[in-house]
Amino acid sequence: QDLQIVNAERRIDLSSHIVKAFLTLKVENIGKDPAAEMLLAFPPTQIKNLAMVQALATTGKKKKKTYLPLDVKPTEQPDAPNDTGYYRVTFISPLGPGETVSLEVLYILTHSLEPFPVEITQSESQLVYYHDSAVILSPYHVKQQTTFIKTPSTRVESFTSIEPANRAGKEIKYGPYENRASYSYTPVIIHFENNSPFAVVEELVREIEISHWGSLQITENYRLTHGGARHKGVFSRVDYQSKRSVSGASSFNALLAVLPPRVNSVYYRDEIGNISTSHLRTGFRKSELEFEPRYPLFGGWSATFIIGYRVPLEDYLFEASDGRRYLNFTFGCPLVETIVNKLTIKVVLPEGSKDPSAVLPFTVNQELQVKYSYLDIVGRTVVVLQKDNVVPTHNVPFQVYYTFKPIYMLAEPFMLVSAFFLVFVASLAYVHIDLNIVRK
Amino acid sequence: MAALESPLPGTPTAMRNAFGNVLSVLILVLIGVLAFSIRLFSVIKYESVIHEFDPYFNYRVTQFLSKNGIYEFWNWFDDRTWYPLGRVIGGTVYPGLTLTAGTIWWGLNSLNIPLSVETVCVFTAPVFSAFASWATYLLTKEVKGSGAGLAAAALLAMVPSYISRSVAGSYDNEAVAIFALIFTFYLYIKTLNTGSLFYATLNALAYFYMVCSWGGYTFIINLIPMHVLLCIVTGRYSPRLYIAYAPLVVLGTLLAALVPVVGFNAVLTSEHFASFLVFIIIHVVALVYYIKGILSPKMFKVAVTLVVSIGMVVCFIVVAILVALVASSPTGGWSGRSLSLLDPTYASKYIPIIASVSEHQPPTWPSYFMDINVLAFLVPAGIIACFSPLSDASSFVVLYIVMSVYFSGVMVRLMLVLAPAACIMSGIALSQAFDVFTGSIKYQLGASSNSTDDAEDNTSTNNAPKDDVSAGKTDKGEEIVKERSSKKGKKKEREPADKPSVKAKIKKKALVLPLEASIVALLLLIMLGAFYVIHCVWAAAEAYSAPSIVLTSQSRDGLHVFDDFRESYAWLSHNTDVDDKVASWWDYGYQTTAMANRTVIVDNNTWNNTHIATVGTAMSSPEKAAWEIFNSLDVKYVLVVFGGLIGYPSDDINKFLWMVRIGGGVFPHIKEADYLRDGQYRIDSEATPTMLNSLMYKLSYYRFVETDGKGYDRVRRTEIGKKHFKLTHFEEVFTSHHWMVRLYKLKPPRNRIRGKAKKLKSKTSSGLSSKSAKKNPWV
Repeated sequence: QDLQIVNAERRIDLSSHIVKAFLTLKVENIGKDPAAEMLLAFPPTQIKNLAMVQALATTGKKKKKTYLPLDVKPTEQPDAPNDTGYYRVTFISPLGPGETVSLEVLYILTHSLEPFPVEITQSESQLVYYHDSAVILSPYHVKQQTTFIKTPSTRVESFTSIEPANRAGKEIKYGPYENRASYSYTPVIIHFENNSPFAVVEELVREIEISHWGSLQITENYRLTHGGARHKGVFSRVDYQSKRSVSGASSFNALLAVLPPRVNSVYYRDEIGNISTSHLRTGFRKSELEFEPRYPLFGGWSATFIIGYRVPLEDYLFEASDGRRYLNFTFGCPLVETIVNKLTIKVVLPEGSKDPSAVLPFTVNQELQVKYSYLDIVGRTVVVLQKDNVVPTHNVPFQVYYTFKPIYMLAEPFMLVSAFFLVFVASLAYVHIDLNIVRK
Repeated sequence: MAALESPLPGTPTAMRNAFGNVLSVLILVLIGVLAFSIRLFSVIKYESVIHEFDPYFNYRVTQFLSKNGIYEFWNWFDDRTWYPLGRVIGGTVYPGLTLTAGTIWWGLNSLNIPLSVETVCVFTAPVFSAFASWATYLLTKEVKGSGAGLAAAALLAMVPSYISRSVAGSYDNEAVAIFALIFTFYLYIKTLNTGSLFYATLNALAYFYMVCSWGGYTFIINLIPMHVLLCIVTGRYSPRLYIAYAPLVVLGTLLAALVPVVGFNAVLTSEHFASFLVFIIIHVVALVYYIKGILSPKMFKVAVTLVVSIGMVVCFIVVAILVALVASSPTGGWSGRSLSLLDPTYASKYIPIIASVSEHQPPTWPSYFMDINVLAFLVPAGIIACFSPLSDASSFVVLYIVMSVYFSGVMVRLMLVLAPAACIMSGIALSQAFDVFTGSIKYQLGASSNSTDDAEDNTSTNNAPKDDVSAGKTDKGEEIVKERSSKKGKKKEREPADKPSVKAKIKKKALVLPLEASIVALLLLIMLGAFYVIHCVWAAAEAYSAPSIVLTSQSRDGLHVFDDFRESYAWLSHNTDVDDKVASWWDYGYQTTAMANRTVIVDNNTWNNTHIATVGTAMSSPEKAAWEIFNSLDVKYVLVVFGGLIGYPSDDINKFLWMVRIGGGVFPHIKEADYLRDGQYRIDSEATPTMLNSLMYKLSYYRFVETDGKGYDRVRRTEIGKKHFKLTHFEEVFTSHHWMVRLYKLKPPRNRIRGKAKKLKSKTSSGLSSKSAKKNPWV
């Protein structure tokens, strides 16, 4: 290996159920050849829960720091020990021998807080385990490293101590450790209280329907569960209502969705009707929909609901320089601080549009479907984008390009007009044609 | 008539008629729009949602139909209800409504109009009430001309009684059945007026649709025979009557037998008996008339004696057999609901389950005013108008109103059958009154300006425009196909229709009211109409639009929404196992299966009294006994509705006496007297121990005292009797936000500890209360 990590600092934020880790790496090329890329290694327990990895190269000194995003791709290594997973970070320019570079890496883990005890009653608060390694797993030699772990509250039941390690308030510090060989791994377990809402959307289907008559109709089907420790035994409304602070601390009953600005005709319902507890604040930059499910969600409880809204077309539909049209819309889930296990976005293009193609900053499964809506004859092309394990950081714009002739907009009005016309012609004919066999 | 046709031959009359036709079509369209839109208050004030109890079942059936198709629907055995018995839905449901909505949904979807099943179901009732008002127009037009028809249609479009059953979301059988009822009557009258077999066949088909839609079809199959009998007795027999009746019975009965829920009942039960009897009679009469026609009077007399003597014997034998058959069955072949119609005290004596439904109670006087409003005053005038002169058609509507007044007096629900009759009568009354008043005003004005002719033209045109149309057309020799097919009938129809106008003319000539009086009377009539409209809009907006699954209350700090039912149904559907069984009182059965998709023990289709009594017994038993009953039924959750916290009066505690009564009817160890203190139903500290230990009491008031420290029940307006107690065999798993729905889970049976197995002590409570003074628990 030609690279070594001179200095590494890791900050892991455990305050919500989405685990965010910030890595600051200083990488040096100690080999003879220039290195164009480096590898980030993740233990197998983490690699399957890894929602996103981003890397930035830092240049410049303290005040005038600039960040340049780097290309990060998952990759396979033939000699990976113990199913270690890798991401490949490509430098902006190859790193010459003896040169160093500073990197900022952000990676996000989902489903990594394991509730223990697995079932709790209404009055208990929720304790979770977090498993990780005290030292950074890396295919390179690490000269010096420190890990800071931030817990949501000061209540930490236990944590594995790897000297030097200490805890101060909400922070646990592992390190500094010197000169760890490549693939060093020292497992630690932290057992702490986390009562933040473990809102997990098991499945979200967002349907974005483009109407060239001037609006974009978005319908979102949610299946939401509480992903924390399972609720056990009695649910008492008396306790829930009167002792709100100690009762059902890990439950949640309010959610916040960030919707686009200029949103209108918002509705919130489920399969048996309207849900009356919601509140919409429209703003200049964003709108916020604050809503409650029908009942508070305790661990393991789930609920389904539908949110629908409409936004003006001109904010999201543009014409590209080559004459094609494109929709520019936000990927991901509008709910704040939620994990989406399976996200499907369906972009319903208007009838008669051709050559659809989607552009996204990360890989998703894509396919095309056909949907029949109001008085369609040939059907509308639907671009289906599907991605698992989506976190709020995935809320970035994506584009769908297609070609469309405006004349198709008139097809349905024309059909209606001609249908009415035919009815009148038919009745005219009926009145005037004598079908009698016998002349009077 | 003569005055009309001689000065204006040709174009002006035709023009005016054409104009009149277009105008009445326009008015009819507007009436349809009115009927539809007045029923949208529920959607605007609340939301587009299915209402109440039965509509949820119909909605669920429609969902099944639209998902699985018609054949699966006929064979549907529903194992999610009446556990462990199940219910054959396809064979026990009136499929008309479901098939109608299913067809509409299918049609729209095949046109690629993606409306959901729910939307279609919600708007089926308003659409059909528009159809019903058009049918009323047709029916009344057949009776008294199109002026009366339009008035009746407008009245029906907004009659509160019908609105109460057909607001958007009230997806119940009655919604389409009233249309079917009126339309069947229209086709009957039409056949009677025209004598056309075409209409007779249509009539049988409309009757078939009615049979598909609602159990109330027995009203038709009894009313029409009665009318036929009336016609025969009053010497109004004609071949037209025969055409109108005989095909209806034959075809109608055959078709009715095709509906699985009716099946052989169409010939076996006593409800249909009258139609067959009259069928025989009309044949005898027809034969007599026929023979009378071909024989000389002398021969005829001989034949009569011969036929009568033989016929009497045959009839006697047949009747004797029938009577014996009928008498052999315990209820005399009548179903419970029909019997309680004939004998209003029957249900309260023998079938508490029918008596326990609020809509099966006899109505109070104010409910007449509430439901048909000023029509109640106009009906007598309409009846009088129908007698001048009495035609076949008008005698039918008179009979219709008389019968429906009786039925509505027995069951508040049948007010719905009265409403169309009242509208028709009032429409006739209003139109006749307007005729007289406007006629005399015109006459008076015309007399002052010496242009009598014009005035007369107008009045008589209003009176009988239809006749002018056919008259004008025959003159020109241009007749369209349809008119031709019914030409024969029209000629005959003209005779009775001519009479009133001629007669009216004579009356008008002789009896012209003074100008001032007519104007004042007109204004008063318009005021009456305005009052009616205001009342109807108020009733539609305030009284009948609440969906009852979501409640609202207006207080100082804005609107409060109580959405507890759906909250707990949603909880059930998402957080319990899909095969869990939920026990509740039968009122909530349909909603639980439809909204929560969980198996229930009993539901609103109260076909098995024993099963309901079992649940009633469990609810009235102490905890341990109740647990055993529920456990034997495989019940996992028990649902109770409790209104004590927010003051929702129709909760389970208020229905509790019915559970005791129904339970006690089958299981005699449950005695109503044990739950009453001195004949009074109470839940405070004076309540009997049996009451305070019953499962219903415990589940309703469990930990209730902790809400305010006293346990003050806002429905009963008293502090509860037993405040602090623990549940040993049940545990609370969910209580909705306003405590309206409380869900309990049966605790699993304890492991048996050796030597500690206690025997259940059977509760023996002393009957302290007297049974004589029962307090109505509905108060």
